[in-house]
Amino acid sequence: MAYVRTTCAKCNVFDKKCTNNQQASLHCRRRRRAFCCALDDASSVRTNRVAGSCAVRVLFFFNLAHAHFILKMAAVQGGLVDANEEKDIKSEPANDTWANNNANDGRLPSASPGASAAAGGNKTAAVAAAAAPEDQQTLLAVLQFLRKNKLTESVEILRREAGLPEDSLESKGADSFCGDQECYYGDDLRILSSLSKREHMRGNETLLDFRTSKFVLRISRDSYQLLKRHLQERQNNQIWNIIQEHLYIDIFDGIPRSKGQIDAMSGSLAGEAKREANKAKVYYGLLKEPEIELPLDDEDEEAENEEGKPKKKKPKKDSMGSKSKKQDPNAPAQTRIPLPELKDSDKLDKIMYMKEATKKIRLGPDNLPSICFYSFLNAYQGLTAVDFTDDSSLIAGGFADSTVRVWSVTPKKLRKVKSAADLNLIDKESDDVLERIMDEKTASESKILHGHSGPVYGISFSPDRNYLLSSSEDGTIRLWSLLTFTCLVGYKGHNYPVWDTQFSPHGYYFISGGHDRVARLWATDHYQPLRMFSGHLADITCTRFHPNSNYVATGSSDRTIRLWDVLNGNCVRIFTGHKGPIHTLAFSPNGKFLASGATDGRVLLWDIGHGLMIGELKGHTDTVYSLRFSRDGEILASGSMDNTVRLWDATKAFDDLETDDFTAATGHIHLQDNSQELLLGTYMTKSTPVIHLHFTRRNLLLAAGAYNP
Amino acid sequence: MADREERRFAEISRESVKFMAESSGVELGDDVAALLAEDVCYRLREAAQSSSQFMRHAKRRKLTVEDFNRALHWSNVEAVCGYGAQDALPFRSAKEGELFFIEDRDVNLVELALATNIPKGCAETMVRVNVSYLDGKGNLEPQGTVPTAVQSLSDDLLKYYQQITRAILGEDPHLMKVALLDLQSNAKIAALLPYFVYVISGVKSVSHDLEQLNRLLHMVKSLVQNPYLYLGSYVRSLVSSVMYCILEPLAASINPLNDHWTLRDYAALLLSHIFWTHGDLVSGLYHQILLSLQKVLSDPVRPLCSHYGAVVGLHALGWKAVERVLFPHLPAYWANLQAVLDDYSVSNAQVKADGHKVYGAILVAVERLLKMKALSLSQPAEGGSSGHTGSVVGAMGYRVSSPGLSPPPEPLSEAALGIASHLQAGGAGCPWEEWTPVPLPAMYCELYSFFGDSLAVRFSTGPGFGSYLPYAPSQLGEARKEAPGPASNPDTTRKMPQLTANLNISPRHDGSPRTDPAPPSLAATGPGRSLTRSSTSTSSVQRSRSCSSRSGQRPAGLSRDVFPKARFTSPQAGIPAFTFLIGGRQMGRRCQGRRPFQTTFAPTPPLPAVPPRAYAHKLPVIGRVGRPVRRWACSCYSLHLPL
Repeated sequence: MAYVRTTCAKCNVFDKKCTNNQQASLHCRRRRRAFCCALDDASSVRTNRVAGSCAVRVLFFFNLAHAHFILKMAAVQGGLVDANEEKDIKSEPANDTWANNNANDGRLPSASPGASAAAGGNKTAAVAAAAAPEDQQTLLAVLQFLRKNKLTESVEILRREAGLPEDSLESKGADSFCGDQECYYGDDLRILSSLSKREHMRGNETLLDFRTSKFVLRISRDSYQLLKRHLQERQNNQIWNIIQEHLYIDIFDGIPRSKGQIDAMSGSLAGEAKREANKAKVYYGLLKEPEIELPLDDEDEEAENEEGKPKKKKPKKDSMGSKSKKQDPNAPAQTRIPLPELKDSDKLDKIMYMKEATKKIRLGPDNLPSICFYSFLNAYQGLTAVDFTDDSSLIAGGFADSTVRVWSVTPKKLRKVKSAADLNLIDKESDDVLERIMDEKTASESKILHGHSGPVYGISFSPDRNYLLSSSEDGTIRLWSLLTFTCLVGYKGHNYPVWDTQFSPHGYYFISGGHDRVARLWATDHYQPLRMFSGHLADITCTRFHPNSNYVATGSSDRTIRLWDVLNGNCVRIFTGHKGPIHTLAFSPNGKFLASGATDGRVLLWDIGHGLMIGELKGHTDTVYSLRFSRDGEILASGSMDNTVRLWDATKAFDDLETDDFTAATGHIHLQDNSQELLLGTYMTKSTPVIHLHFTRRNLLLAAGAYNP
Repeated sequence: MADREERRFAEISRESVKFMAESSGVELGDDVAALLAEDVCYRLREAAQSSSQFMRHAKRRKLTVEDFNRALHWSNVEAVCGYGAQDALPFRSAKEGELFFIEDRDVNLVELALATNIPKGCAETMVRVNVSYLDGKGNLEPQGTVPTAVQSLSDDLLKYYQQITRAILGEDPHLMKVALLDLQSNAKIAALLPYFVYVISGVKSVSHDLEQLNRLLHMVKSLVQNPYLYLGSYVRSLVSSVMYCILEPLAASINPLNDHWTLRDYAALLLSHIFWTHGDLVSGLYHQILLSLQKVLSDPVRPLCSHYGAVVGLHALGWKAVERVLFPHLPAYWANLQAVLDDYSVSNAQVKADGHKVYGAILVAVERLLKMKALSLSQPAEGGSSGHTGSVVGAMGYRVSSPGLSPPPEPLSEAALGIASHLQAGGAGCPWEEWTPVPLPAMYCELYSFFGDSLAVRFSTGPGFGSYLPYAPSQLGEARKEAPGPASNPDTTRKMPQLTANLNISPRHDGSPRTDPAPPSLAATGPGRSLTRSSTSTSSVQRSRSCSSRSGQRPAGLSRDVFPKARFTSPQAGIPAFTFLIGGRQMGRRCQGRRPFQTTFAPTPPLPAVPPRAYAHKLPVIGRVGRPVRRWACSCYSLHLPL
């Protein structure tokens, strides 16, 4: 494979260190990233500018309306990866995106306009940069005006846009603006203010984000016209140009928002989401539960409790029947996403689930769940991820020392399957063949899975408990068998740390997201991704499947949450409002709502159907690392770095809401500040950050964390 | 541009860059150096920023070197080696100029390689579960906040509260016992905790009534022992109540017939108990306690009973506390005490009696300090071999007890045992390399200069010396005679020679530079001193200025009733416990029925590396399960949830 060596700003300095040329070129090569953005939104493609000439990163924007296109691309890419690996044993992890890049160049001439646009974009930025200092006086006047009119975002973006080019031309730096900015832009400003050289600008990803995407502002029509008129009167063409070039002003009809409302929605790296980005229809309803022969269930029930509870069986049957008969109007078609067939064992598990569900405790504000804490002791190496199986029989921990450990939390020990030679000896016709294949000698309370070469940041059990996924800093996702306790597949493709991964609730598919800003959808039997969801402006920090497996949500360090359609790879929702990197997401069991937690310590609630923020739960004082709804969705539990578990009244939060077409059109509602009313309880741990929460099928809350001495 | 940024960022000056370049043999021009310096700064910032991401994903608050190295790795820079330690590296400042550097100690590899105290590897990572929070209703009140009103309590709870307080503060001892027991085990009283704490804080208003004080202290004990209570910040309040009982000149102590000493002893034990079980709930608690004890001790205006309280408090907190606070303070304090003890006027009789109490308490404290120190020195060397621990137990087996005293009531000794073991466990577990202790020989010399022979005798009976094991009880007299010379014992480990040398030297040490606190006067109090040294050791002792007069006046065989426990009577070798009693002047007047302060040692072997248990008392808990200490032994606290 041929690769093009271009100058790499970041490596210039360090090239000296590299003694041989080959090493240096590897450096350059690894710096490269190719971004495939599947954006359905034509306007965003038009408005986005590509800064390809920076040579560090090449952005390609494709208008990919058709899913098979992505598939084809993935196939192409996969083929090349293969070739790479054959050629070069110690192949750089970056090779495959690079390959992807090449492939795009070669096969998709449609991408080349992007490159030319990139050059143009760079030039305009430079022009703006040169012009800015001359007009500082005017600029300041406008800024004051904007501030007077409470247009905080515009103030901030103007300042940033004005300050940014100045940065490279010395004079005054972005840090001088820090005091005026909302605190949540502090991180961005810190990055920007550390820039002082043009070369650094080229390599800085945050800066590239700003230059390649427009900062989105939502302004009411009245405010917009006031601003426009003012600028025209004063003939501040320079400002107007800057606004035109760097801001996307999303105008809505209606009353201007209050400062509180604006604050609630702002915080993202690129401003608020455009309203049309949240217009697509989302089928958030649940899939029809497969029919399962209940007679078997009845038998079991009878066999189990001889005392007989005939009363209980009837209503349950009814409820099951009614649920399965009625199709949720908001649900996607059953076969929208091909899902794996239920195996017999799955059906048995479903029956178990139903049986457990009858014993479920109905939770509510007056009936809070009991909490059990699973503490990881002696986890000196650092616990980085935890997951429970759905039936709460296994717990797995990912550790910073690259290991994954699995414990059985029931008296049933973990056993491996016998070796092939021994398996030949057993009687395959016997009824208890599943029991016979297990090797008693290997029974133990826990198993350690070695294979990764970096901290394991994400971990997820498959719904059937046969597999375990782990994603790691080494850029791979590994699939482990819980029958043999060995690694089955290593999924390569991210090439950068993979922050999170999760199995689909129906198994087979899984989603992963990482430092490369791309979320990937995989199927366990494909070694290349089926979909790539690209659009985030910073690392994808957490990924979640919607309960109906048709959508995935990703949270990012750019402080946005995106919802992606698995079928066509489109981004169907963009939620802004968090003021820090998002670290956890949770869908409500009915699929209608999404909860998200971030480093700002707040939990936000979102209505997926309308694309609105509908609640803000304040209380935590540190990063929220885990969120979970109870099985019926009445209680939301949140666990945080501040060593507390908090329980929130989800029913109330969702019921109080009035959403009509108008609010959906303006894209915001009036948020009440009712966190204190919704908070049902705060439970302290002893210096143990809560990094995972799980509701058992009977609604017992399990929490997990590592004790930090 | 540099001046703009230096307010916010670390800068690397061009001089540094030049210097580094020179050290690798490259000559750099000014402009190149400036460029490089700026670039390096930028790269550093960038790496720092991206390293924070690794920290966040590892769910930590502390940025480690590893995070930074990962950030470097992903920007294709070689990792920085050699700084992988988990702990923070302390910066030292150099005197000349504003220079800070990381201390880089030499590591003696030979010593490491030949060390016998091989560290036990990390214990296995494990998961343990506990039901932290049952039934939703009982604990709606977030713990640690004061409930808004009494009305928020249910009727049942209110009734319970009234009954319990009435029973505890009432007349019926049986009822009290029942109430205390219930307080100790009731799982549903979390909501009442603030009220109980408030009741206990009433100690200040009943300082005239020893009985009530005692009952309130028992209430503290019950609350502390209740495994379902999460005390949280109430620990502070409880501690202050207990400290009041230890330190304050209670109204009850005006009457010499009132036995407030016992109360102080008990409160001190309770304090240490609270501290060792709940100390982690309040940060800096230990330090605070030590400070207030030290303050009392250093205040000459305070009555002697307060001083006594401070000493027993320190003693109960463990020998480390004694070493840190009491020992350095002793020279100053000694003069005051001496003055009191020297006053023979009749009007001073009561004060002098108190002074003897303090003297006894100090003696016990420093003796344990010496013993534990010796033990701590000898143990690492022996590497926890089973033979050693056996010998220690054997050595400890001698029961030292006062001849005429009936054994103290059970509950007290029980508590003492529990706490003593706590202290030792804590002592062995706590990090004690942070401050430089006085070496044992020096310490012994100094203490000997104060206490003279009484100390020596006790030390010779001390634990940790295998040399005493072979002696039959009947030979004990001889053994003690030879006490200063255990060098004769060939079995001692390699640490031992050092120690024995001290013992040899210390009685002979002539005229320590330290000002001697007027020994003649002390000697006058000494007719009853029971020192059963043989003449050989006496001669050596007589050379010691500090003790000369004392030993000179010692009538052979005449025992001094002040310190009768120094006598060895029929040591019961079989019992693996070491008891010693403090008695003051009052010990002679046994008729007063005062219970002597007793400490029972069960020498715990150096923590036998069961980290899960070692950490058990710090296990995370939600809600009101508190104080997990020993109850969560592995059996009941397991991976499996009893669902």
